[in-house]
Amino acid sequence: MKYSSQMVAKPYFIFALLLLAGEILFGILMGVQYIWGDFLFPLIPFNVLRMVHTNLLIVLLLFGFMGATYYLVPEETESELWSPKLAIITFWIFAAAGVATILGYLFVPYAELTELTFNNLLPTMGREFLEQPLPTKVGIVIVVLSYLLNVTMTVLKGRKTVITTVLLTGLLGLAVFFLFAFYVPDNLIADKFFWWFTVHLWVEATWELILGAILAFVLIKTTGVDREHIDKWLYLIIAMTMVSGILGTGHHFFYMGAPEYWLWIGSISSAVEPVPFLLMILFAFSMARDRKIQHDNEMALTWAKGTAVMAFIGAGVWGFFHTLAPVNMYTHGTQLTAAHGHLSFYGAYIMIVFTVISYAMPILRGRPHGNSKKAQKVELTSFWMMNIGMMGLTLALSAAGLVQIFDQRVGTDLIGFMESQESIEGIYMVRLGFGLLVFTGLLTYFSSFFVKEEA
Amino acid sequence: MTERITKSMAKNIYYGGGTFALMIFIALTFDTVHQIPKRSNEQNMTASVVAGKKLWEKNDCVGCHTIVGEGAYYAPELMNVYQRRGSGDEQTFKAYMQGWMAAQPLDMPNRRKMPQFNLSEDEVNNLADFLIWTSKVNANEWPPTIEG
Repeated sequence: MKYSSQMVAKPYFIFALLLLAGEILFGILMGVQYIWGDFLFPLIPFNVLRMVHTNLLIVLLLFGFMGATYYLVPEETESELWSPKLAIITFWIFAAAGVATILGYLFVPYAELTELTFNNLLPTMGREFLEQPLPTKVGIVIVVLSYLLNVTMTVLKGRKTVITTVLLTGLLGLAVFFLFAFYVPDNLIADKFFWWFTVHLWVEATWELILGAILAFVLIKTTGVDREHIDKWLYLIIAMTMVSGILGTGHHFFYMGAPEYWLWIGSISSAVEPVPFLLMILFAFSMARDRKIQHDNEMALTWAKGTAVMAFIGAGVWGFFHTLAPVNMYTHGTQLTAAHGHLSFYGAYIMIVFTVISYAMPILRGRPHGNSKKAQKVELTSFWMMNIGMMGLTLALSAAGLVQIFDQRVGTDLIGFMESQESIEGIYMVRLGFGLLVFTGLLTYFSSFFVKEEA
Repeated sequence: MTERITKSMAKNIYYGGGTFALMIFIALTFDTVHQIPKRSNEQNMTASVVAGKKLWEKNDCVGCHTIVGEGAYYAPELMNVYQRRGSGDEQTFKAYMQGWMAAQPLDMPNRRKMPQFNLSEDEVNNLADFLIWTSKVNANEWPPTIEG
């Protein structure tokens, strides 16, 4: 660790990992309720399990991104963080707000929660992924702004690199597009149209900039490849992201009441969306091949390569499966969407958080050469368990989606939703099994932190 | 292939391409916002429809159901529930909704459960009006079938 202020990243990383455990745990509970409808009912209805699951994901990724930023920005700018104290205060505010929100979901009936949190003043709740009460949403804005301020001030006083520029652009986009969470028109269609400005433009545009910047940073550190070379790749990747991802929002506007031209614009643009992810694979693997140094922390590079591959499969390949309008006519709103959602969030974002933690955490713990070989071996096992688990879970959800389409949407002998779901029960068992594998993988990953260092 | 592309070329594609895409996106956004009232028959969006939407949000219905194909996949799509359960007749549908909402949760072991939301008769009618309005939105022929 070159700068003492990098240390503020540590609590962010640890908290992100704890939230991840919670996220997967709630995912498993949902997997059980999918098969046995009485499980946990009426104690925790499905919608509550789901908002805890998805909100934990979003918050843990924000913690991960923040940790990554606080770690890499001092090194990139070659200067201490503008205010480490602010970063720590923000951490506690965000953590407290996050925990309070989750407890609110779990212990207060949602309708009551809307009343308790002044939702009638400015109704923003009850929309997918944006279920947070108004005070939490305002809290997120404050936290993100203070974070942006801290990073911007640090970048302004230090060295400017392509990585920090791209990262800041991504963070700025994240902040700007979140503001659409506060705009809820009475017209459901207009509401949904602008809802995607937050949801899609986060995950398929601005977050990809953040992902690219973190990946580039870790690759520089672990391969020793010339920065000029890495910068060029980074620009190419994010150029393709912006060109495809912004208009790619159109693939959500096919069948929700928006005009017909989105069928063409959405299909064509989003057909290009796999390209930046393919470039990311070429990037990671060619940097690894041309590496100038042999870093002892081999796991960091493994995660980096894994991120590129799994992001391509999850976001690129699984996205492409159902992104063309004529196909989407049949897949829209089925488990195929869930399959894509799971593997893309995991492959692109959870894995980049693992990548940066795998690289930075040993350094923050006073191990500049990475963890011991023994600990890395445990970490590698967890890497495969989680990847295989997520891949299996995705394949199962995809199979479920296909059955759903043939049951409800193709041919003449159609059956209803609930009947179709019963016919999928066996597949949901398989999904649950792979979910348990992911959770076991995560616990194995945690155990790698406690492997005793060889003297 | 990347050998022929220089860093400054890549940078220009990023700024140029990104700005270009954003411009088109903003222009189309204005056009879409202009077209949505007609495609969604906004003139029929009564106070009851808006009240229904608020109830839809207040009870987080989207946490289990999909509507216009968006939401959770735990429970049926509701954009065409008006046709499916009400045969496209408002009185039939409202009667169905009153009965259905009052009967929750169904006493069927291990079936996925819908909570009891304790809505008043007027509130259930608001929800029904909201779903009827939604069923008439022009969503480019989606859902493909009545079971969708």
